Amino acid sequence: MSEISFSFDDKIYKGHQGEPMVAALLRSGMLSITTSTYHGRPRAVVGLGVEEPNALVQLVSGTKESMLPATVIEVADGLAARSLTGVGALPELPEEARYDKTNRYVDTLVIGAGLAGLKAADEHLRAGREVLLIDDQPKPGGHLRHLGLELPASLRDVLAHKSLTYLCRCTAVGLYDQNYIVAIERRSDHLGNSAPANRARIRVWHIRADQVVLAPGAFQRPLIFSNNDRPGIMLSHAAATYVAVHGVQIFKRAVVATVDNQGYRDALRLHHAGVQVQAIYDARPVAEGSSVDAARATGIPIRFRATVLDTVSDAEGVCESVIIQDLDTNETFQITADLLAISGGWTPIVDLATHIGIKPKWSEAHAAFLVNHSTDRLRTHGMLAGDFGGDDNPSIFFGPELDEEQSRHAYIDLQRDTTLHDLRRAVGAGLNSIEHIKRYTTIGTAHDQGKTSGMLTIGALCQLNGVAQGGKPGLSPADVGTLSFRPPYIPVPFAALAGRERGPLSDPIRITSLHQWHVEAGAIFEDVGQWKRPWYFPKPGECMEDAVRRECVAARQGVAMMDASTLGKIEIQGTDAAVFLDRIYTNMFSTLPEGQCRYGLMCKTDGIVFDDGVTTLLGKNHFLMTTTTGGAARVLAWLEEWLQTEWPDLKVYCTSVTEHISTIALVGPKSRQLLQELVKDIDLSNATFPFMHSREAMIDDIPVRIARISFSGELAFEINVTWGYARHIWERLWAMGRPYDLTAYGTETMHVLRAEKGYIIVGQDTDGTQTPYDLNMSWIVSKKKEFIGKRSFQLPYLKAAGRLQLVGLLSDNGDEVIPEGAYTTELNAHPDEHGKTRHTGFVTSSYYSPALGRAFALALVADGLNRMGEVVAVPFGKKVLRATICDAVFIDKENIRRD
Amino acid sequence: MLHIPCPHCGLRNETEFHYGAEAGVAYPEPNVLTDSEWAKYLHIRANPKGWLAERWVHFAGCGRWFNLWRNTITHEIGPAYLPFTTQPKKPDNIGQEGLKA
Amino acid sequence: MTNTHDTLSPGTIGRRRAATFPEQPPRLWKSVKPKKAYDAVIVGGGGHGLATAYYLAKNHGLTNIAVLEKGWLAGGNTARNTTIIRSNYLWDESAAIYEHSLKLWETLEEDLGYEMFFSQRGVLTLAHSVSDVRSKRRNLYANALNGIDSEWLTPAEVKKLVPIINISEDVRYPVHGATYQPRGGIAKHDWVAWGFAKAASDLGVDIIQGCEVTGFDIKNNKVQGVQTNLGSIAAGKVGMVGAGHSSLLANLAGFSIPIQSRPLQALVSPLLEQVLNTVVMSGAVHVYVSQAHKGELVMGAGTDAFNSYAQRGGFHVIEHQLAAALELFPIFSRAHVLRTWGGVVDVSPDASPIMGLTPVENLFLNCGWGTGGFKATPASGWVMAYTVAHGRPHELNQAFALDRFVTGHLIDEHGAAGVAH
Repeated sequence: MSEISFSFDDKIYKGHQGEPMVAALLRSGMLSITTSTYHGRPRAVVGLGVEEPNALVQLVSGTKESMLPATVIEVADGLAARSLTGVGALPELPEEARYDKTNRYVDTLVIGAGLAGLKAADEHLRAGREVLLIDDQPKPGGHLRHLGLELPASLRDVLAHKSLTYLCRCTAVGLYDQNYIVAIERRSDHLGNSAPANRARIRVWHIRADQVVLAPGAFQRPLIFSNNDRPGIMLSHAAATYVAVHGVQIFKRAVVATVDNQGYRDALRLHHAGVQVQAIYDARPVAEGSSVDAARATGIPIRFRATVLDTVSDAEGVCESVIIQDLDTNETFQITADLLAISGGWTPIVDLATHIGIKPKWSEAHAAFLVNHSTDRLRTHGMLAGDFGGDDNPSIFFGPELDEEQSRHAYIDLQRDTTLHDLRRAVGAGLNSIEHIKRYTTIGTAHDQGKTSGMLTIGALCQLNGVAQGGKPGLSPADVGTLSFRPPYIPVPFAALAGRERGPLSDPIRITSLHQWHVEAGAIFEDVGQWKRPWYFPKPGECMEDAVRRECVAARQGVAMMDASTLGKIEIQGTDAAVFLDRIYTNMFSTLPEGQCRYGLMCKTDGIVFDDGVTTLLGKNHFLMTTTTGGAARVLAWLEEWLQTEWPDLKVYCTSVTEHISTIALVGPKSRQLLQELVKDIDLSNATFPFMHSREAMIDDIPVRIARISFSGELAFEINVTWGYARHIWERLWAMGRPYDLTAYGTETMHVLRAEKGYIIVGQDTDGTQTPYDLNMSWIVSKKKEFIGKRSFQLPYLKAAGRLQLVGLLSDNGDEVIPEGAYTTELNAHPDEHGKTRHTGFVTSSYYSPALGRAFALALVADGLNRMGEVVAVPFGKKVLRATICDAVFIDKENIRRD
Repeated sequence: MLHIPCPHCGLRNETEFHYGAEAGVAYPEPNVLTDSEWAKYLHIRANPKGWLAERWVHFAGCGRWFNLWRNTITHEIGPAYLPFTTQPKKPDNIGQEGLKA
Repeated sequence: MTNTHDTLSPGTIGRRRAATFPEQPPRLWKSVKPKKAYDAVIVGGGGHGLATAYYLAKNHGLTNIAVLEKGWLAGGNTARNTTIIRSNYLWDESAAIYEHSLKLWETLEEDLGYEMFFSQRGVLTLAHSVSDVRSKRRNLYANALNGIDSEWLTPAEVKKLVPIINISEDVRYPVHGATYQPRGGIAKHDWVAWGFAKAASDLGVDIIQGCEVTGFDIKNNKVQGVQTNLGSIAAGKVGMVGAGHSSLLANLAGFSIPIQSRPLQALVSPLLEQVLNTVVMSGAVHVYVSQAHKGELVMGAGTDAFNSYAQRGGFHVIEHQLAAALELFPIFSRAHVLRTWGGVVDVSPDASPIMGLTPVENLFLNCGWGTGGFKATPASGWVMAYTVAHGRPHELNQAFALDRFVTGHLIDEHGAAGVAH
């Protein structure tokens, strides 16, 4: 292992590449590395890994990530970190790291590369299965690594098997339905300065496994006693590992407090590493086993029925001596120790199993909650399944009885500074559910999510609830139940889960085949759903208002064109296509002659307008439906749903052709003349090509379909052409149109033009509560046939008086454009005693009309169709405008211009 | 991320599907219904705790609607079946929470 | 601009202590065994049920009543929501009840004698497109006429209020503006329920946990009481306030309601230095986020797609939500997801609650709050108590009656509100 240097709180430390940061700090004598969040007490490392409740740091190097346990940070050249007091910081720095995601399907996923996991992997490999083995440590071996032992050769062979993929530094964070596992692989932080710049820092694995093996191991747990949070008090397994494996030599005199044989094994490791183990205090009355014999043989004093009651600190708050209590006589005595190593039993890592609702079961023999699950899809192995692999013989003991004062310093959740006293108060307040206790005390809510504190809470509650309910102290943890664990198993950076879905990739961007032309022409775009649509085309120096006026004038007086390709387009074919459309649209389509177009409105079953558009009968049993831009996908889904789930007898086939066909709208009195210059094979005159007719034609040997459809009231042609040819057609028109001053226009001008003509936009002039009648479109509701939504028109509210109806609105001041969304009120309306003013409707569309030379609006007004000529007030901000209700058609009521 | 057996495409991730609530609610003859009966068709769908025969559409795959038995407590997936075919009987709980598919 | 909160210096690396909470009172509520009979029984011991019981006792003098909770008190959606409080709804009917609620919130700590960290830090609702701006502005004008505080903020003003928001043009859906309700905010959800529980318990209401209603005793179409796992309990009146399980309760009483139960997920980060002192919502990108008193970021998204009672949803929903959140708040990239969870919410056809009478006499219904019930807790209890006490709806819940689905008079909060949080 190469020696490197890193910094912590601005001081330089030496360490071995890849070792845990806390090991290097401890070796340098750096014990107290933080103060606690609320009580400000000095704190040091307690554990070995992600269960660590105290040693949180923020990286100062690299990503500057915060709230990381220093137990899992591998030291590397260039690493810099600072201590935290339980509150992280979010640096406002650009994100330089990369994050990616991948998917994997496997026969068997094994979670945990300890002995149990490796053995399970071996079995599955032998059965011919492909195995993915993931483990959160830098190297395989689990427990063995903490003991400084190498993997046996047989298990090394498992790792080399061709059908096994092993991912280290990869933590399963969630187990979801049908064996779906999310895992987080850390790929570059441990390399420090030498990490390749383009390597994804974290990779999120989405794994679907036929079988899942859970072999996650267990955490050692502490004990509850007074002043159990002092630096120098550690889990015995962690202490022994730091001392024996990582060469930490700062502890001279140790005391071990245990409830199982693990304490003996760790005492022996400390002893052999040169620490003077003064005594082992075992809460049990008796202990047997090889480790106990071995400890006896080394001469370490062992005392049964004794445990730690309290600790005494030096001036810095570091553990100096330990007060031991005889559990039979309650006598106490003090013994000096700079290391108090605690072995309170094991807590198997049940988290993942509980994510999908498996309930852990309490085992008296193991003094632990276990998940012993064995089905053909999910198995638990190792400590989780109760295989503690030795002679631990733990007792169910969580700490000595403490008085009021002692309980104030008996910490259960070190990160949250919650104590046994807090727990007692919670129970005293009448709370008995562990979920209430958690919420009341905040135990288990910190970064570690109760990995060490959860079981202590359960243990303490057993006692407290037993007493509170007059029963014997010592209700079983089975009665209390566990806290609920939720994903993720360890905290995961937002950035990792967002992955590449950032910026332009956060949602697909849809562009038309003419997009690049629009960009080159300087268009300003608006987002319409996922589409980018030109909003307006400003000339140099023009503001939006100028541009839109110019575009409007061109369309009404000359010729203008827009890219209408985002309109949804659905081909509907089959012998029953016309019957189907009759059921979908409120109006009749079976009477539509070939080569003609008809505007249609569709409602949902509740009678509310849902979408609209023009549908053309292209040929026998062959319709082309257009939908709103935003409605394309839902209309197609709607058609399919009816066809497949209600009317399978209808022979109808629907195909989205939105991105196959580009649509160019050529609009204005000069549009015919211009287009005829390009179209030689058909006559565009009104007599041979009337309004709402559709014709096939050629432009430059390119087949196009031209329709006399107008969304402005002007003479207009919609040219449909295969997507890839659209730019050619557009540019040919553009070139030919120069003498006509052909003008490109965007969605804003389209809105002005259509509103002048009283044409609605579903979603703007409707808000999901309008029937066709409300839109003054009773003409489109067929009386002769049944269609979706018709029955709902008979519901009382849908035919009630006073419904909002679509009308026009002209403000007294023609220069003032009424804000869209503003409400109408009666002229004399005033706020009532509650400050509320009764309104009568609202403005849906409002623009300045160059054609009218004034502002105008569309509005939905209560009973509006019967109130023509009436004046209403439109209050907004501090202003009140007066406006007159009028017909919604402002231009060319006689429909002369379109021909 | 449920794993859903599309009858046409096999097991696929939930994100390829859209949900359609209770299966087998036929479109009634609207004009013979009272307002309350019509409202029931419009708005009321089964919402049991346990097995539910429900509709899904594999919109990002074959685009076909189908029906599926699924347990709303455990998220167990039961048999899928096509519309207008005989409904398989309600599955037994397999006691393996959230895992079958 | 009426924002009066401390100015922030985002990203400062300090060593501030996280906020500590005041001590809890010596007793919250008394857990009791059920009596044989009560004047009224409330089924469901969440925030709404507890508030109903409290106002029944306080406003209507009905104290021989019980709240029956099948699990642990307030362990359903009350414990699982993102605690956002606001009243700037579009429709008059909605605005009226949510505004009544907000007014109750403003004095609730005093009324209950219980601190619940109600913080009027403002709620910002972002608009991300031209049409989004149009509908948000309509909402603003509607609020003005309903006497509800609401302001329009330009992107620059949004940035001034919440400096960590990315308002640049090059994000996928840039911020075009926002409505801001200064009186909106958050509260500590568990404490809200406990405050109501304590106050109700102090007034003599029996709070019974672990008591699951398994049936209703109905004679001549009139409710007589409930059957539970702890035995039969007679009751002159029964209120069903069991969000998530509302349709099951209705089925037990012999009728159907238009409710589907869906998972709704949320997540929380570890404690962080304060970077966000207002609530930010974005329907267009499905994000709502606030930073709680102690410093954790609390975020939520839309519901999962399917019916479920499992209190869990899919992880893809969380991943998608975080991607959206980082578009708005690049500074969150290094924050951690600490915990995700799911609730079971009642989804109604028009995204509005259903409150009032049922086909069974003296049996009353309160459900369908969807993803937005927390903010309504006090008003929901207030009007439900009135409805139970008088046997007819309060003027504020008249419009939310079950029969609106027959008349067609829906209160559709889908259209304009997007995500109705």
